[in-house]
Amino acid sequence: MDVAAYAKLLPDITPRNKPFWDGCAAGELRLQKCADCGRYRFPDAPVCPECLSSSASWETASGAGTIWSWCTMHQKYFAAFADEVPYRLVYVRLAEGPLVISVLAEDSDDSAADSGGTSSKELRLDQPVHAVFRPRPGGRVIPQFSTGAAAGM
Amino acid sequence: MAMKDVAIVGVGSSDFRRLYADKSQPNDVYQLAAEAFRDALDDCGATQQDIDGLICTNIKYGQFGETVGLTGPGFVHDLEGTGRMAGISLQEACALVRSGMADMVACVYATNGRTAGTKYGGGDADPAGAYDAMYGMTSTGAYVSMMYQRYQAMYGAPDDALAPLAINNRANGARNPIAVFQKEIDHDEYLSSRFIAEPLRLLDYCIINDGAVAFIVTSLDRARDMRKKPVRVAATAGKAELSRSYISPDFYFETSVAVADRLYQAAGIGPDQIDCMQVYDNFLPTILFTLEGFGHAPRGGSWEWIRDGWIELGGKRPLNTSGGHTSESYMQGFAFHVEAVRQLRGEAGDRQVENCNTVQYMCVSPIVTSHIFVAD
Repeated sequence: MDVAAYAKLLPDITPRNKPFWDGCAAGELRLQKCADCGRYRFPDAPVCPECLSSSASWETASGAGTIWSWCTMHQKYFAAFADEVPYRLVYVRLAEGPLVISVLAEDSDDSAADSGGTSSKELRLDQPVHAVFRPRPGGRVIPQFSTGAAAGM
Repeated sequence: MAMKDVAIVGVGSSDFRRLYADKSQPNDVYQLAAEAFRDALDDCGATQQDIDGLICTNIKYGQFGETVGLTGPGFVHDLEGTGRMAGISLQEACALVRSGMADMVACVYATNGRTAGTKYGGGDADPAGAYDAMYGMTSTGAYVSMMYQRYQAMYGAPDDALAPLAINNRANGARNPIAVFQKEIDHDEYLSSRFIAEPLRLLDYCIINDGAVAFIVTSLDRARDMRKKPVRVAATAGKAELSRSYISPDFYFETSVAVADRLYQAAGIGPDQIDCMQVYDNFLPTILFTLEGFGHAPRGGSWEWIRDGWIELGGKRPLNTSGGHTSESYMQGFAFHVEAVRQLRGEAGDRQVENCNTVQYMCVSPIVTSHIFVAD
């Protein structure tokens, strides 16, 4: 992977989103939660879209979710991912509500690549997954998901 | 007092086929826009002096106004260059005419997306931004492919479910002299088309091209004295579904139903009375979501409905008679408005729908819009 090109795709770490990235580094999925109505949101935002409260806390989410859908990218849109195609992306509904784009950790495992397959494992709608945390080239840890048994749960 | 009736009286569009054939140098969007505007004025017998409202999409009103000598309109507005704005553009023109803010409005759109090398993925224009790009997720087509993957799994739609739409668009493009692609395709060619964002194939994608579209809108009273038979806007309706993602968890169904209910009620016309459909097809699954949300086909069953002879020329509800965005050209919804007018005037040549008296435009996107046009 072109690490310099990949670094440009990463969100800037700002005072407002830093708790999310600190959570990733600590192996936890942290979400903003409205202090007034309790609604979770992702990404971080200045107010709660439900009640417009400006007051929120950062909470460690369960990491549990379900696969809403997926697709496999064949087109080389990003220089950083040109050597990765085809690669599978998933859209995960977190147990707390928000939907997030991500990838399955096992899709990039060496064992999967050795056995001839990126993106070869069949998925089903609403299949349970849980968040896992892997450092990416350049060192930033980002959330991925796994269909395997959740460790420590 | 009854609401003032509004009509489209003049239309103009580029020769999309000619423009696609030459990408040696970037086209000037203001030249393309000016030519379409000139054609639309000629079409209705108006001049710049008649235009007192100007709505530009994907171009800037200042440079356009100066280019075409339209320097003193009473109302001007620029809309962003997205497909959902085609319907908004007409809605705004209708509102201006009905309110008396303007008497005759020009809606003008132009793009040089092909020759200028505009990126539709991998760039800053992504709908959801960096939290998606860091995984390699990009392009509206990829978001639509995720909706379609779920749709297929929910309703059992097979790998070739979109083939009738791809084939129909090409069959119609073959009857449209300005369509980019005029060669018909068959089922095998569809299935051998390469994947872009699987499950979507190249032939499910719109054609990025250069071109321009203009249409002129005025009151029906004034329209009766103009050059050609007016095309009345029987009703128009819209509703947004705003989110950082292009993915709608129900494929925009509830939003489309809400638009359809208001539209059909306002027009006094239901889907059974529609003679011809112009459906925004940035990617072909959008047509399925549209047919279901607007009550043309049963929910979850549109992929079967389109195989039953409804949508082809000669069917009960011919669809995308110009070839649509996958054969005529991707003009972000604007050229569908021109095609609706040409069908209702009987100007559509080899692709003319017989006894065409009602045409419905539908755009399912983060702003769902729909109009019903009639020939009085």
